[in-house]
Amino acid sequence: MSLRQQAVALATLSRKEYHRVVRIWLQTVLPPAINMGLYFLIFGELIGARIGQMDGFDYRQYIAPGLIMMAVITNSYGNVVSSFFSAKIHRHLEEMLVAPMSPATIALGHMVGGIVRGILVGLMVVVVARLFTPLPLTHPLITAAVFLLCAAIFSLAGLINGILAQHFDDISIIPSFVLQPLTYLGGVFYSINLLPELAQQLSKLNPILYIVNAFRYGMLGVSDIDIGAAFAMMLASLVLLFVVCLVLLERGTRIRD
Amino acid sequence: MHALSVRQLVKIYANGVQALAGIDLDVPRGDFCALLGPNGAGKTSLIGIVTSLVRKTSGTVRVFGHDLDHELNAVKSAIGVVPQEINLNLWDKVSNIVVNQAGFYGVPPARARRRAETCLRQLQLWDRRHDSARTLSGGMKRRLMIARALMHEPELLILDEPTAGVDIEIRRSMWDFLRAINAAGTTIILTTHYLEEAENLCRHVAIIDHGRVIVDDRMAAVLTRLQQEHFLLTLREPLAILPPLPGFEARLVSDHEVEVAVPRSRQINELFAGLSAAGLQVASLRNKTNRLEELFVTLTERKDKLPASRPGETRP
Repeated sequence: MSLRQQAVALATLSRKEYHRVVRIWLQTVLPPAINMGLYFLIFGELIGARIGQMDGFDYRQYIAPGLIMMAVITNSYGNVVSSFFSAKIHRHLEEMLVAPMSPATIALGHMVGGIVRGILVGLMVVVVARLFTPLPLTHPLITAAVFLLCAAIFSLAGLINGILAQHFDDISIIPSFVLQPLTYLGGVFYSINLLPELAQQLSKLNPILYIVNAFRYGMLGVSDIDIGAAFAMMLASLVLLFVVCLVLLERGTRIRD
Repeated sequence: MHALSVRQLVKIYANGVQALAGIDLDVPRGDFCALLGPNGAGKTSLIGIVTSLVRKTSGTVRVFGHDLDHELNAVKSAIGVVPQEINLNLWDKVSNIVVNQAGFYGVPPARARRRAETCLRQLQLWDRRHDSARTLSGGMKRRLMIARALMHEPELLILDEPTAGVDIEIRRSMWDFLRAINAAGTTIILTTHYLEEAENLCRHVAIIDHGRVIVDDRMAAVLTRLQQEHFLLTLREPLAILPPLPGFEARLVSDHEVEVAVPRSRQINELFAGLSAAGLQVASLRNKTNRLEELFVTLTERKDKLPASRPGETRP
């Protein structure tokens, strides 16, 4: 299939994934906005009022970038893993497997779906956050770049989970036991400077810490992590995850007998 | 050039089950080929390999001369497949399903929409194009899968039991449709458990058993291998003891029904002469089984796994 035909296939898959997100917006877009509203209410308004300032910012402002990233991470990942795994279980994934779509087209099409949901949910959380606190935008380009990179990275991670999953349990284990703890420990609610030295060093092994801090830098201009290191980590993760997706799709791991 | 050419195809699954034990098969361009075999014979594995959903263990597959190993995209582009199981996204709209499928093959949206109208109209689904697939009946879902498989105008259409669970009226309209697209040049490979369907539609038959092709010939040639046919005769008057019918094996099934085996060497007129001589009045006569079914059972020796026969009734 020519490059142009692959582009048509990519546009088709992207459109299909977009329609899926929009069609079930009550499941995909609304609940995260409500969840994040509750986070702002409880951690921002009720508890945050007693915490005072962090890194020179009102606590509600301080946690806003992390909560936006948390929503993007969870939803980009969840969108792709559920879409791909559902297609695999109900066997309509075969529509793509019998067609001459390249592994890159399949990976990118699903990634677009994850990014769309990540962005929609992220923007909803921004709207919710604005109800509680003003949100500065110190470095707009960095903010937008991290937003996109984060959604892309976790869309690809979700795709890998979807490819490898064989049972419904397999698509909830990683979000529950890996993603959620790493997100909570990824500097969403606190600066790692508050932690003992050993905990600080351990925290730096957590990739989500880099994403949250890069996004916070874009919005507030403060970060616990060097911004160059954060971008290097994100780009390296993106490339690595994309290559893993290509290898799994090319080999047909757990999708072809 | 053959539409499909398979050589020494072997498939051994990870659990050690050998589904294909060295299949050789040629399907000429423009053919209408029946691929038959008992459950577990290897038909679906063969189709899975040809459509690249299953990885082969060894052997070669060529589709219109394109090698599966080296020209996968050309092979995929040439094939449309209708699987045995319903594999539609049931939450998607009928029109989206077919238009998206064309898009996956690189067909631009405007052309895909025109093609979708043609395919959906041909398969009598145009009026349901805005409905989600889950609202369709079983027969409609099967027709939708056929429409989907035809969206990129494949040269080879593979149908794995396309009429399973479909009522007789819809089945016959699907037969007409398949005959028409075959006449228009599309090569068709069909697996079915309704052997009447294979006998009616197909010019070529390949029977697979235990992962090997045991018959691969023209339908007419295969049917000539049948050594005898079994008929069921319904009598006008009840009968307690069956009088002898010289030259024929016969038995009384019930007081109104007699089963007779007619060897290929004898004519059916001779049977009626014998019946008249014995004073038996026959109200009707029908094949006990479809002819292909009878041969199939003989060849595969798995009578217990066959579906119930659908005898066609004729009057003497």
